[in-house]
Amino acid sequence: MQIELRDIHKYFGPVKANNGINLTVDAGEIHGILGENGAGKSTLMKILAGFSNQTRGEIFIDGTAVDYRNPAHAATLGIGMLYQDPLDFPLLSVLDNFMLGQTDSPGSEKKKLSKSFNALAHALNFLLPPDAALKTLTIGERQQLEILRLMALGIKVLILDEPTTGISSTQKEVLFNALQKLAAEGKSIILVSHKLEDVEALCDRVTVLRHGKITGEMNRPFDSSGLLEMMFGAPPVFPPRCSETPGMDVLVMTGVSGTGGRAGLKDCDAVIRQREVVGLAGLEGSGQGVFLRIAAGLKRATRGTIRLPGRDMHRQDHHAFRNEGVTFLPASRLEEGLISGLSITEHFALQESQDKFMVPWQEAYQAAEQQIANFRIKGLPASAVEELSGGNQQRLLLSFLPANPVLLLLENPTRGLDLESVNWVWQHLHTYCGKKTSIVFSSPELDEILMVADRVLVFFNGRIIKGVEASNTDAQELGRAIAGKI
Amino acid sequence: MTSFKTNQFLPMIKQSRHVLVTVIAVFFFTSLILIIAGAPPLAAYYHIFKGSLGSWLKFAHVIKAWIPLTLCACGLIFTFRIGLWNIGIEGQVMMGAIFSTAALRFGLESQMPAMIISLSIAAGLVGGALWALIAGFLKTKGEVNEIFAGLGLNFVAQGIILWLIFGPWKRPGVASMSGTEVFPTHLWLSQLASMRLSPPALAIVCVSLILTALILRYTKIGLNLKAIGSNPSAAYLFGLKPARNMVLAMIFAGGFAGIAGSLQVVGVYHRLLPAISSNYGYLALLVAMLANYNIWLVPPVALFFACLNVGSIQLPMALQLDSSLSGVIQGALVLATLGIHGWRQKRAKTIGHRA
Repeated sequence: MQIELRDIHKYFGPVKANNGINLTVDAGEIHGILGENGAGKSTLMKILAGFSNQTRGEIFIDGTAVDYRNPAHAATLGIGMLYQDPLDFPLLSVLDNFMLGQTDSPGSEKKKLSKSFNALAHALNFLLPPDAALKTLTIGERQQLEILRLMALGIKVLILDEPTTGISSTQKEVLFNALQKLAAEGKSIILVSHKLEDVEALCDRVTVLRHGKITGEMNRPFDSSGLLEMMFGAPPVFPPRCSETPGMDVLVMTGVSGTGGRAGLKDCDAVIRQREVVGLAGLEGSGQGVFLRIAAGLKRATRGTIRLPGRDMHRQDHHAFRNEGVTFLPASRLEEGLISGLSITEHFALQESQDKFMVPWQEAYQAAEQQIANFRIKGLPASAVEELSGGNQQRLLLSFLPANPVLLLLENPTRGLDLESVNWVWQHLHTYCGKKTSIVFSSPELDEILMVADRVLVFFNGRIIKGVEASNTDAQELGRAIAGKI
Repeated sequence: MTSFKTNQFLPMIKQSRHVLVTVIAVFFFTSLILIIAGAPPLAAYYHIFKGSLGSWLKFAHVIKAWIPLTLCACGLIFTFRIGLWNIGIEGQVMMGAIFSTAALRFGLESQMPAMIISLSIAAGLVGGALWALIAGFLKTKGEVNEIFAGLGLNFVAQGIILWLIFGPWKRPGVASMSGTEVFPTHLWLSQLASMRLSPPALAIVCVSLILTALILRYTKIGLNLKAIGSNPSAAYLFGLKPARNMVLAMIFAGGFAGIAGSLQVVGVYHRLLPAISSNYGYLALLVAMLANYNIWLVPPVALFFACLNVGSIQLPMALQLDSSLSGVIQGALVLATLGIHGWRQKRAKTIGHRA
């Protein structure tokens, strides 16, 4: 069956997650949806699967407009989705999970369903023990089970959202073979991914999304560099890097491992020098977040050593790092950086010397007024921080930075900001280069990294797989590296 | 600075409105229950009113309940501010009473009763604070939820009281549920003879209210508690120490609760009773919630609770209702308070989403 999306829009408040998407997928086609994190892929697929509803636009099945409002309804029309985290019941057995939602009769149809389970599993070459408890299965096996269940429900359009994250290469091979078999039977497969290699290996046709819009389509055979350009777009203009001569070593990590994110951080060696601006590239959760948090003392390294000038920071907490001049700005401003419910003045009051007994309200109010003017923040000293716009929240956070930090660790410092704010942020951050400060930041925007960083570290699957001078590389090379191709 | 001050009044008015809504809901619930129980609600309210505010003597009884309620609520404002549910307040009241009794027993022969009484109240403060400190450390060092730690410690405190009354501190001759031997009158907190109301206790409550307000408003402690309670991980990035401040908040709560327990001994019962805390700690949790954690709404809300508490004692006699009905009314009160509280939070959330 043929699926057509016409002019799909999805708004979350002021954010346009999907902005006028047109997409057609034919029967028997394996169609890739490629794009960066936050490009709007998952949003679009959730609309197609009935999991969320579009703000505007229509969906057609074989040329007829359909209107469905939930996943169960979508399933009766033949559309099913495999989510990033399989939605299943860990305490039930494999067969029980398979049977869920397949029978309305009060009696047990276990025998009949067990038979169809075995037949389907055999056909797709999925080796799953029906009586095993689901919690003993790997992610890849749970995925296989979910595919079997969707097939048993009579799904004709199968959507897979990032199916290759967290599964082994053997499982990936089994999965791809099964998908090709399903496509040969006339089923449509939609593969959502940010991994170029997966899309290239499997798909007949690829649609690329960027910032909620379609930036291009391509049929097999694919041209990698063309796809990368569609994914990352034409470069916006950033203020040039400051290129000071690097000084002594500031942060030295040797053999550091840590947990967290999708991939953790594995066996990381890195040296950050004075006056250096280092950009961390990589897909979300590839280890750069864990790197920043370990460097800030917010996470303990499970292995390895971390040194700051003249001090071994092993097993020290963030406050010890702070005392050594390390400052960390988290990406989620309102969740981690600022305190909802407190005013701008109260935020400044918090930073006045901690050993004072009384709150210096007068000084805090003056500091707030002054920094609001210096940083051109649209707000009043008495404004609650959650009332500020994202750009103004970031300006406020930057206004808290100490005058002479040794090391600034910034997690995606320009997330969600418009170009003017992005420029402003970097102009401000560059003033720190002259003060011997080292800056380490992560960003999903390769152009940003290339423009403002002196050096780039590329993270893939928890490891630093590439470290280059920014002047010696380009977006193509970095794009390949973040997809794991060196 | 000026704009900061004037801005404080708008939320006050808004909060008062919420309190009013809650009070109406409480009356609705209790009326329903009274009707089901076959009692005319208006007559019941009349008797509750008469029983609590009908005479100066009855009002004195209300004030006697108001004193520990307000003190405990003062303490709870600290723990709520940092996001802790100090259920252990009941045990902290009991520990205050125990320490206070111990101090009075120590000073039985003393020639300076005023000093012994002051010492006993200070001992109560220390006892409550120590008991809260245990829950605080269990929370911050042992990862034990403060609700479970507090609940457990409440049972332990109750056990200690019973053991003391029937063991080491038992009355000469027979031990009894009526408590330890009554202290000689020179170790009683001074009272207005006609109303059996003690001015020093009232003074302590007033000082506690003002002190709480000042600490929360003007000291670093107050700001830190608010910051950590609103967003612990961001507060940590600002250099604050959540664990240390949690223990501090617990100490404040326990201290105020301990004073409340102490005043029950030196000012009201003049001995240690098994039911010395009279559930005022638990009730104070509701007072603090209903007052929307605003210190200036605590005294009126506590007064309202105290009136209901004292006034409903009249119901069995006046309307031939079963005496358990007063408990049912208080239960309805609790549910209405919690219901409104939940509704308000849900509303705040949806409004937050829309913004």
